[in-house]
Amino acid sequence: MNKTLSSRLFGPKAWAALLAFTLVTVVLVPVLNLAVPEGSAFHLSTYWVTLIGKIMCYAIVALAMDLVWGYTGILSLGHGIFFALGGYAMGMYLMRAIGREGNYQSDLPDFMVFLNWKELPWYWQGTEHFLWAMLLVVLVPGLIALVFGFFAFRSRIKGVYFSIITQALTYAAMLLFFRNETGFGGNNGFTDFKRILGFAITAPETRVTLFALTALALAGFLLLGRYIVTSKLGRVLAAIRDAESRVMFSGYNPLPYKLFIWTLSAVICAIAGALYVPQVGIINPGEMSPANSIEIAIWTAVGGRGTLVGPLIGAGLINGVKSWFTVAFPEYWLYFLGLIFILVTLWLPRGVVGQLQAWFNKKEERA
Amino acid sequence: MTPILARIRTTCAALAVGLFSVCALARPAPELVLQLATGDNDAKITALAALAGSADPEVLPLLEALRDDTLKSLEGKRAIIYDGETATDALTGEKLATVPDELEDVVSNNRVTQALDAAFAAFNLGADDRATRLDAARTLQEAATPAIRPLLEKALANEKDAQIGGILRLTLAATQLRDADRAVRLSAIRMLGESGEPNARALLGSLLEKDGANYREADESVRVAAQQAINSINSHLKLGEALGSAFTGISLGSILLLAALGLAITYGLMGVINMAHGELIMIGAYATYMVQNLVQAHAPGLFAFYPLLAIPVAFCASALVGILMERLVIRHLYGRPLETLLATWGISLVLIQLVRNVFGAQNVMVENPAWLSGGVQAMSNLILPYNRLAIVAFAIIVVIGMSLILTRTRLGLFVRAVTQNRQMAGCVGVATPRVDTLAFGLGSGIAGLAGCALSQVGNVGPDLGQSYIIDSFMVVVLGGVGQLAGTVYAALGLGILNKLLEGFAGAVLAKITVLVVIIVFIQKRPQGLFAVKGRFADN
Repeated sequence: MNKTLSSRLFGPKAWAALLAFTLVTVVLVPVLNLAVPEGSAFHLSTYWVTLIGKIMCYAIVALAMDLVWGYTGILSLGHGIFFALGGYAMGMYLMRAIGREGNYQSDLPDFMVFLNWKELPWYWQGTEHFLWAMLLVVLVPGLIALVFGFFAFRSRIKGVYFSIITQALTYAAMLLFFRNETGFGGNNGFTDFKRILGFAITAPETRVTLFALTALALAGFLLLGRYIVTSKLGRVLAAIRDAESRVMFSGYNPLPYKLFIWTLSAVICAIAGALYVPQVGIINPGEMSPANSIEIAIWTAVGGRGTLVGPLIGAGLINGVKSWFTVAFPEYWLYFLGLIFILVTLWLPRGVVGQLQAWFNKKEERA
Repeated sequence: MTPILARIRTTCAALAVGLFSVCALARPAPELVLQLATGDNDAKITALAALAGSADPEVLPLLEALRDDTLKSLEGKRAIIYDGETATDALTGEKLATVPDELEDVVSNNRVTQALDAAFAAFNLGADDRATRLDAARTLQEAATPAIRPLLEKALANEKDAQIGGILRLTLAATQLRDADRAVRLSAIRMLGESGEPNARALLGSLLEKDGANYREADESVRVAAQQAINSINSHLKLGEALGSAFTGISLGSILLLAALGLAITYGLMGVINMAHGELIMIGAYATYMVQNLVQAHAPGLFAFYPLLAIPVAFCASALVGILMERLVIRHLYGRPLETLLATWGISLVLIQLVRNVFGAQNVMVENPAWLSGGVQAMSNLILPYNRLAIVAFAIIVVIGMSLILTRTRLGLFVRAVTQNRQMAGCVGVATPRVDTLAFGLGSGIAGLAGCALSQVGNVGPDLGQSYIIDSFMVVVLGGVGQLAGTVYAALGLGILNKLLEGFAGAVLAKITVLVVIIVFIQKRPQGLFAVKGRFADN
């Protein structure tokens, strides 16, 4: 491979598109939201900033899913647990940052006062420090993924078995977090955040900053993903997806490869969760429900597995439609989502982007 | 027994009863009657107990008068029964010429009413009807006082029924605990100790309590006996609890088994991962609901049998939906298990919303017919509900039926053939696509049966299926693919393990522990409990 790193990752057009995306999200959106007056036709309301920010978080999750499913053939139905754990770690910091401004004017978060707890549980220690909380965002889901993945991949659980066990994993975690005694606010989770790093969390400036950070994270993870799938590591992963036995017969041990991509994917998910919580303002165990995790798979499938841009588009499409549908005809959203599941698997197995690529390739062949 | 001997016996019994009533033909003690009409509540209660204890049929009209509020007091000196027209002296039975104006109502509070019930029960102990006697014995057990002892002894002497006799003996023992005779107290304690009843334990416990400095029971050896009796009751109750949790475990296991059996065919044998399996269960439950409504509307007389009618309907409804699913969607995805998973998840979403739109998002009412409600009282603290027993029996029948279908019918033979080697089966002339459809229909129909059974023990709502899908997949994964026996053992094992852990750790932690156990178990045996032996390549 004689190509430079930049040309290995993207062609010139794609680089331009990525640059444009970054400029729009980091410069244009803040300007339209903050500098353009509210009455103007060009003003971008905070509602849209929050909504798009949220969808970008989902897009990061879909990207993480694509790395394990699209490129390595491991379908996880439990990615919600990593997303939620990242969110909870961030939420712990945000809860501590409320300080004494809660309803009970206590140093402890409100729900602990409500449970009549006198002091913080050990796992809450240090969460008032932003850096420690950010470390938790990465470490906790990463470790869980590493341990779970090690045992699962070592005994060569794969395919549907693996999917079902990951689903059980997130289900168990959801049940655990629903309990008040677990110490994460039970049913209600965390909400009513006041500030992050001293900035008011509802201030437009804070929101725009979080939005820009999410966009940068998205672009960064896209580059990282591209770096991985174009490397030798990426080829081994694709080989594992296509014929794991042959990879083993060729002298490779799939365990470290799978474990690496699985853990990385979990960490990316967790970071998306950590970005999601301050923008949406709530985290509760519902994020861990099996239904949520399986939806992630359909974002990826709709956009196109095995293409890195596809899942981003899929997540954007489905969640865009969802936020419109659930307002306009909430009754029919499940029909729509259900039909997407069925139709995409039946007639669009490559996803939107994959299908487009196939058409272009055909055209080029003809030409 | 020869007929003559039998007749002699009957005659003797009749004679005894006759004698008994002749002896009792005395007027009730006058001071008791007066106390009843004119005394305060405590006096009334003592009087009632004494009157009931006398077992005198003459007392009955008096008690009825008190119950019907026709017993009046006249100037606090005489008891008059006034039925709206004539006034009779309750003591002498003579009619008063004129109805006096100053008649006062006898007011009874709750405690008096209870004592009155007990008194009536005392009379009902002599009734011919067994159910009446049983009722009476139970009422008396609640309100055992030393005053009714003679009555209990008499009733016991005449009682032939073992169950009623047992209750009476316990009641008698309860009244004997304060007897002056140490031997009587000891035998009463032994009696109560053997009963295993929680309220007998409370009675015995009261002997060990202190009134001021002294024990209520002065005799040391009697106290020791009481303590032993309490211990024996405790161990009896513990046994009951253990059996109870074993039973709930088995019943949960049968529910899991019913829910997972269909999956054992569609996933275990055919390798189709059907995330809409839970919704097929839900459809079975709603089919049962519709049958219930139809029967109630058009043939209320058959209501008792509607679950039996619902069984085939639920089977057919779910089987039909399953066949449609197979023909329209799943057929095109064979060999792509992950896509099948997603597509069937989509189907499940559509089905849930469909049911919500048709039946509403709320749970619907499915009632137990009379023969499925209530339960057997197996031990003092162990009741086996009929609907749970029925589910266990139903699960057994379905398992047997299914294994017969798989091993004894042509369809079963084809299904097994296609499972083992699709191409080879096709080569020897098995119509594999048709077998796929039928097998999938069979698995779905069994899900419908599970729904029919579940509707009798739990809520029926659009989300019914979602709560079973993960559990039933766990059963199949644990049991091993392609084996019915594995499914059976896994379901029962998980059910019992779950209930055992619930005792220590609560429902949620138990569930989490079970999931962790499964994940760890699969480390050791990735193919499940019962692996099919053979040489398969993994893809």
